Amino acid sequence: MAVVINESKCKGCGLCVPACPFEAITMQGKLAVIDEKCTACNQCISKCPFEAIYVTESEQVEKDLSAYKNIWVFAEQRNGVLMNVAKELIGEGARLASDMGDNTKVYALLIGDQLGTLADECCAYGADGVYKIEDPLLKQYTTDAYTKVATQVMEQFKPEIVLYGATHIGRDLAPRVAARMDTGLTADCTRLDVKIATYKNYTETHTTLDTSSLDVEDKESKLLQTRPAFGGNLMATIVCPNTRPQMATVRPGVMAKRTKDDSKKGELIDVKADIAASDIRTQVLNVVKSAKEMASLTDAEIICSGGRGLGDETGFDLMNKLADKIGGSVGASRAAVDAGWIDHSHQVGQTGTTVRPKIYFACGISGAIQHLAGMQSSDIIVAINKDEEAPIFEVADYCIVGDLFKVVPQIIEEWDNIEQFI
Amino acid sequence: MAMKIIVCVKQVPDTNEIKIDPVRNTLVREGVPSILNHDDSNALEEALKIKDSNPDTHITVLTMGPPQAKELLVECLAKGADEAVLLSDRALGGSDTWATSNALSAGVRKLGDFDIIFAGRQAIDGDTAQVGPQMAEKLDIPQVTYVTDFDIADDKKSVTVKRALEDGYEEIKLQMPCLLTAIKDLNAPRYMSVNGIFKSVNKEITVWNAADLGVTESQVGLDASPTKVFKSFTPAVKGKGIVVVGDTDNELARQLLSDMKHKQII
Amino acid sequence: MNFNLTKEQELVRKLAREFTVNEVAPIAAEIDEQGRFPMETIEKASKIGLMGMPFPEEYGGQNSDYISYIMAIEELSKGCGSTGVIVQTHCALCAWPIFTYGTEEQKQKYLPNLLSGKHIGAFGLTEPNAGSDAAGLQTKAVDMGDHWLLNGSKIFISNAAVADTFVIMAMTDKSKGTRGITAFIVEKGMEGFSVPKKESKMGICGSVTSELLFENVKLPKENMLGQLGKGFKIAMSSLDVGRLGIAAQALGIAQGAFDETVEYLKSRKQFGRQLYKFQGLSFEMADMKTRIDAARLLLYRAADLRQKGLPSTTEAAQAKLFCSETAMHVTTKAVQFHGGYGYIKDYPVERMMRDAKITEIYEGTSEVMKMVISGSVFK
Repeated sequence: MAVVINESKCKGCGLCVPACPFEAITMQGKLAVIDEKCTACNQCISKCPFEAIYVTESEQVEKDLSAYKNIWVFAEQRNGVLMNVAKELIGEGARLASDMGDNTKVYALLIGDQLGTLADECCAYGADGVYKIEDPLLKQYTTDAYTKVATQVMEQFKPEIVLYGATHIGRDLAPRVAARMDTGLTADCTRLDVKIATYKNYTETHTTLDTSSLDVEDKESKLLQTRPAFGGNLMATIVCPNTRPQMATVRPGVMAKRTKDDSKKGELIDVKADIAASDIRTQVLNVVKSAKEMASLTDAEIICSGGRGLGDETGFDLMNKLADKIGGSVGASRAAVDAGWIDHSHQVGQTGTTVRPKIYFACGISGAIQHLAGMQSSDIIVAINKDEEAPIFEVADYCIVGDLFKVVPQIIEEWDNIEQFI
Repeated sequence: MAMKIIVCVKQVPDTNEIKIDPVRNTLVREGVPSILNHDDSNALEEALKIKDSNPDTHITVLTMGPPQAKELLVECLAKGADEAVLLSDRALGGSDTWATSNALSAGVRKLGDFDIIFAGRQAIDGDTAQVGPQMAEKLDIPQVTYVTDFDIADDKKSVTVKRALEDGYEEIKLQMPCLLTAIKDLNAPRYMSVNGIFKSVNKEITVWNAADLGVTESQVGLDASPTKVFKSFTPAVKGKGIVVVGDTDNELARQLLSDMKHKQII
Repeated sequence: MNFNLTKEQELVRKLAREFTVNEVAPIAAEIDEQGRFPMETIEKASKIGLMGMPFPEEYGGQNSDYISYIMAIEELSKGCGSTGVIVQTHCALCAWPIFTYGTEEQKQKYLPNLLSGKHIGAFGLTEPNAGSDAAGLQTKAVDMGDHWLLNGSKIFISNAAVADTFVIMAMTDKSKGTRGITAFIVEKGMEGFSVPKKESKMGICGSVTSELLFENVKLPKENMLGQLGKGFKIAMSSLDVGRLGIAAQALGIAQGAFDETVEYLKSRKQFGRQLYKFQGLSFEMADMKTRIDAARLLLYRAADLRQKGLPSTTEAAQAKLFCSETAMHVTTKAVQFHGGYGYIKDYPVERMMRDAKITEIYEGTSEVMKMVISGSVFK
């Protein structure tokens, strides 16, 4: 398979060159040339006004993959507690299984020791069954032990799809398993589809993708794994056409978990762990929990920033509460710092720190140019201000004209209910 | 015994500077500088710190990429690495992480014995964090990812590292040879030195192609890669701000949060 | 005529730029406000070799060519004019004369510490009654047989408050005029040598400027630098090198102010559009860009001549003259184009304008530069 220029159609307009995120296209005379940096991301194809770029399909021998069936979810547990992402993925797995039809089931893969009722919990969240592997050597996660038993059980039972949470553990385990099984793995997915129809629906309404070439009649249900690349500037949908299982790590907090239904039961398959101490080459000496320190402003993913509208220094109590709740750091405008309400180290702006967090909450901040200079590159700006003419609203993605002392407490209160939204 | 360390690095576009062309819905790569991937600079720095205390340590910097990746290797040499190797070949182009780890592992095997491979946890263009662990698998060596602290035992046979978890860390001991992936917290990367620059610009960089590595077309390259790009697109461009409406403050909060959840912002 | 940079030069520029963005620029406003010498930055700069660039490795230098060196000064000055002149004074006016005129013993004694940044260097020529007319200096060194006795004072000396090694010009034979001036190496802590009074300046406040006072300072005989009576020549030739560095400092200040203004004109909106959309402003920016590029080419050419060992006095004077005038012009416009915000210390351009002024004055005023240049035209 390769992305190829049809030389007779290429008019040398050069529009494909800047379209390539990998700088793989150059103009040689009046002809576009694609070099080895090409990853077949296909960005250039739709950009060519002369339809001179196309993909050649490789002559791959179609393997018989029919023996692979069902969706498995690595039900990550730590210290006998099922991770939230595992519950989310079971829910997502069930949704995908139903879309796939053909009696596809979703199973949880539970690895550990003395797992008690976790298997039942997996079923309560939607698993049709659980493959459980218990052994004292599996009590603490180690790459070697978990890779060995996971690979063995997958080779034995042949799941078609395996999903892992993109946690520190998931992102340690999944690539090792994928490499051992010589199959494909996609990282940090934010969306999964098994039907072109649902994929087309999503991309048409939420993205800039040209969906005209998508064939909704295509009955083949391979897993379409959508995930961010280039720091989120590019979204890629990945497929794993010729190897099985198709594996993906999925970003926590994105998929919807089902409501727990304790009455739901499933098949329990106990698998013996074929593992010895000599298989494990790392030794965990110590596990330490640390209190989450507030990230520095430049590192923070979320910043809760307060300005003159806070009224006095007690206003920052509210900012601290919000920051604690949503895992953010506290920032301030110059007005608040000059008034002595908070230390200069929190100042965002021309004479403070320049920040570019994922989310910037600007509470009671008017949006003077010196402040904007320090935060306008934030991904998402939420502005809460009493004054609807405040300049901050010109750069905000979410504009709330209101009393921050009333709205922010509500945000804090509703934050825990986010799961229910949608 | 002098230690031999291999550091895997990647030249990436500075994705912080990349913007999206709202009219053409493409990435604007032009003018975006190529840099040493951040996590990889932490990996290199840890190796250099070992060399600071043990001057006979030999550091080889290894990368897979197009010919211009040589610039990156020169910078690594200017920081203090001893040797640089570039894996470059049309046949390697378009490799996914599985194929890349095949190529890099072949490069490592060709380099001979080693004690530690340092790699960055993930590259800021691919964002997969998969190549390190997959290399460790192909080389059949133990791995620890998300390393935030590193120490070598006096007998130079084992290392003790701190591995970050979301809510704390684990202290792990393992024998060498091993592969460790570094994150930002591990250290503060050093700059090149002027002297280093003048010494390194003309140093020979070894270049190996697919034949040198002994990898076949079923192991590397676009066709061999088990994962393929189906489609790619830019996320919808940020439009004008939305005015959040609601009759009560509670409604305002709910509207805000549900829209943000819907758009996967939170 | 090759206008391309070598690979080394590109990397040095990259290094200096990164260092400036991360280490120098963030504290520029602070050291300006506090009038504080940025010791922590100089220590970090030393680690990467910025305090000893254009000198051979055998004395602890970095083997750099002159163009790389002035590019580094330029990049540092983009972020902070004070830091640029600190480094350039140290390299060109202290390390360079010792390297060029020193005995092997002197080189071994002083250069390793200077080039590693462990010691900081300064240069003392100017006196209350001897500025452009350096030959009128009154500091005296008397031959006492087994030592020199030094008496007098110097003013406006950069780095003095923190320097360890000083190259000082003193009159040894007034009857011979400029040929009666001799250069000496004075060390911090020598009895009778003090550094009183820190000047309070208009700009480059991070480059601490002080007086030097010599009260019966006993200098060992081996502290004479170069030959007796050759001090004026040593001073003039050092200033020749220094001129390249000052031109680079001015150029960096100009470029820094220009870059800031570009960003401001893109983000500031008035009358419904971004300021750069007004041709009155964008045309002036075009003019400034041209001047800055012209200044850069003049400077690089002068540095290239020096690198090749060819005469470069006139070219260096041209570069210094034009770069400093460009810096003044660009920074003044920068403040203007920032409007009211340009006048406020929140924005860096007012500091850049204050920093730019001195580049037209020190290490040879613009008037002296014109004397040099017209001298070469009408010889």
